Amino acid sequence: MARMISYKQAINEALDLEMRRDPTVILLGEDIVGGAGAPGEMDAWGGVLGVTKGLHAKHGNRLMDTPLSESAYIGAAIGAAACGMRPVAELMFLDFMGVCFDQIFNQAAKFKYMFGGKAKTPVVIRAMVGAGFRAAAQHSQMLTPLFTHIPGLKVVCPSNAYDAKGLLIQAIRDDDPVIFCEHKALYGSEADVPEESYAIPFGEANIARDGKDVTLVGYGLTVPRALSAADTLARSGVSAEVIDLRTLSPIDWDTVIESVENTGRLVVVDEANPRCSIATDVVAHVTQHAFGALKAAPQMVTAPHTPVPFSPALEDLYIPSAEAIVAAVHKTTGPVKSAA
Amino acid sequence: MTNNPFPLSRDELLTAYRTMRTIRDFEERLHVEFAKGDIPGFVHLYAGEEACATGIMMHLTDIDRIASTHRGHGHCIAKGVDVHEMMGEIYGKATGCCRGKGGSMHIADLSKGMMGANGILGAGAPLICGAGLAAKFRGDGGVGLTFFGDGAANQGTVLESMNLAAIWNLPVVFVVENNGYAESTSVEYATAVDSYVDRAAGFGLPGVTVDGTDFFAVYEAAGEIVKRAREGGGPALLECKTVRFFGHFEGDAQTYKAKGENEHNRAHRDCLKLFGARVTAAGIVADADLALIDREVAALIDDAVDTAKGAPLPGARELTTDVYVAY
Ligand SMILES: Cc1ncc(C[n+]2csc(CCOP(=O)(O)OP(=O)(O)O)c2C)c(N)n1
Ligand SMILES: [Mg+2]
Repeated sequence: MARMISYKQAINEALDLEMRRDPTVILLGEDIVGGAGAPGEMDAWGGVLGVTKGLHAKHGNRLMDTPLSESAYIGAAIGAAACGMRPVAELMFLDFMGVCFDQIFNQAAKFKYMFGGKAKTPVVIRAMVGAGFRAAAQHSQMLTPLFTHIPGLKVVCPSNAYDAKGLLIQAIRDDDPVIFCEHKALYGSEADVPEESYAIPFGEANIARDGKDVTLVGYGLTVPRALSAADTLARSGVSAEVIDLRTLSPIDWDTVIESVENTGRLVVVDEANPRCSIATDVVAHVTQHAFGALKAAPQMVTAPHTPVPFSPALEDLYIPSAEAIVAAVHKTTGPVKSAA
Repeated sequence: MTNNPFPLSRDELLTAYRTMRTIRDFEERLHVEFAKGDIPGFVHLYAGEEACATGIMMHLTDIDRIASTHRGHGHCIAKGVDVHEMMGEIYGKATGCCRGKGGSMHIADLSKGMMGANGILGAGAPLICGAGLAAKFRGDGGVGLTFFGDGAANQGTVLESMNLAAIWNLPVVFVVENNGYAESTSVEYATAVDSYVDRAAGFGLPGVTVDGTDFFAVYEAAGEIVKRAREGGGPALLECKTVRFFGHFEGDAQTYKAKGENEHNRAHRDCLKLFGARVTAAGIVADADLALIDREVAALIDDAVDTAKGAPLPGARELTTDVYVAY
């Protein structure tokens, strides 16, 4: 029997299971419980979109609401991780990273190396990413490439509820700092998710759909978009393989290369801005390592080189669409006859 | 003629009332329109806090700069941003003051000295130090005011900025709008000191706390602080204790509030009612004067909403314009 739960519930479940398993797991963040010191109900919010709702009743003061001081509490999570805890800090929107970036890229990311291998920093920083919420330029960015650029950080971005649960469990158990990116437009998306605990190893991409003519690579929201493009392409006789990277650092080069060696064509779909992005990274790697297999120039479908606009009329054009993916595939295959 | 016991003329009193009423109606109407599903994105309403923006902004002109917050509609209106352009922006239309690119959280009008609502808490404080610095270099007598909530007051940027403003003696005012909550979290939980004035003192800044629902208290305290900054006396902090009538953002169930809290605030701490009662009791303004303003403002807001609804969306070309001055 399928057990359909949402991406949001899957994250809640992963946190609950890991808190039960390991007493060193603590949660910190703004309004992750909600109602602290207020006259009404405690657990009033459970996070700004309710992801941690109900965990306070189960785990009490292992959930800590914080003041609006990201440098201090994200830094405190990192410091506690270096001292034997496994904090999961919620940054709400990844855009707020600007406020606390030093603690992450100069501190957490570098302890292990700078200290000659002696330190470990098993911290998870959960944050929402992505556009589609009409939340405008400072609450909608896909900043994944900022983090993949930095050695010492791991970067995860699940595309579905099943992966969200397994990847978050792995992130908490992982001994390195992990930036866990939750796509806000996927919170409601449901998948068949087992009740028990399971961890999905980092650096293992998922082949979301088999195909033989072209390889579509994406992560987060671009995976469902690529799958829908693959449906359209199938109707015109083009068989697209869809690879969900799942983790961006480490990244599963082998699965991507193997697929391109079979299909000979590559289209990378990335919601980040186009320069120095996950898309450019994948295209560069494949071009360098599987050049001989390519039958056409690799294509990239990305957000434009602009901030995220507010107006729905513009935001809808901003996010890579299934139509844009189909058009990019057609560039690699040349004009195809419709199978109608 | 009745003696005017207020520090404002009759006309100024009517202006103050009109500003507060405009903010109130603007926000009440957005609440209704949002519930219909017509307004995209996050909307944070300022209703209940009108006396803060109004009492402060009456001391400013267009050369003075303000840096606002996510809850910025009231600051915009009080600083003179056009209500039609604001409404257009909130609806994501090409006629908006940011041509639909910014939305509620990023309304700006630099010609009015309004440096933007802001989606990042505490981001306005360093920016306004820059505004103060620029005013000092230009020698134009302009002042800069940054607004932030009781919650954002705990951002490092705010604390760093107070020190910077103090050592450089900048013409800058830090305004804490303390409405008791940051999202669902109470100020008592999140802030260790009882008063933000104590905190300012730690940075060598004078400060004063006022009842932010009392227009006259805000007006008088802000007048002194702004004058002092303008005359080279340096930065200061103004804490306005106020109330937010609605949720943190539209859609917030507000279960963290006490039962009856909103009703109590609307009955006893409504800055518009308090203002109206005082000016009419003093015999300076008649109920009919206020009622006339109410009708005019209602018509203005109706027209702003109708116009915004009927306005065109930005064209596809707009997606890639305005990123750079030149590229
Ligand atoms: C750097 C940053 N952290 C968190 C948020 C999310 N956020 C938006 S408003 C808000 C609460 C602000 O509370 P307060 O400063 O008291 O202002 P109020 O909403 O009460 O006007 C939070 C946590 C944000 N926008 N920016
Ligand atoms: Mg507040």
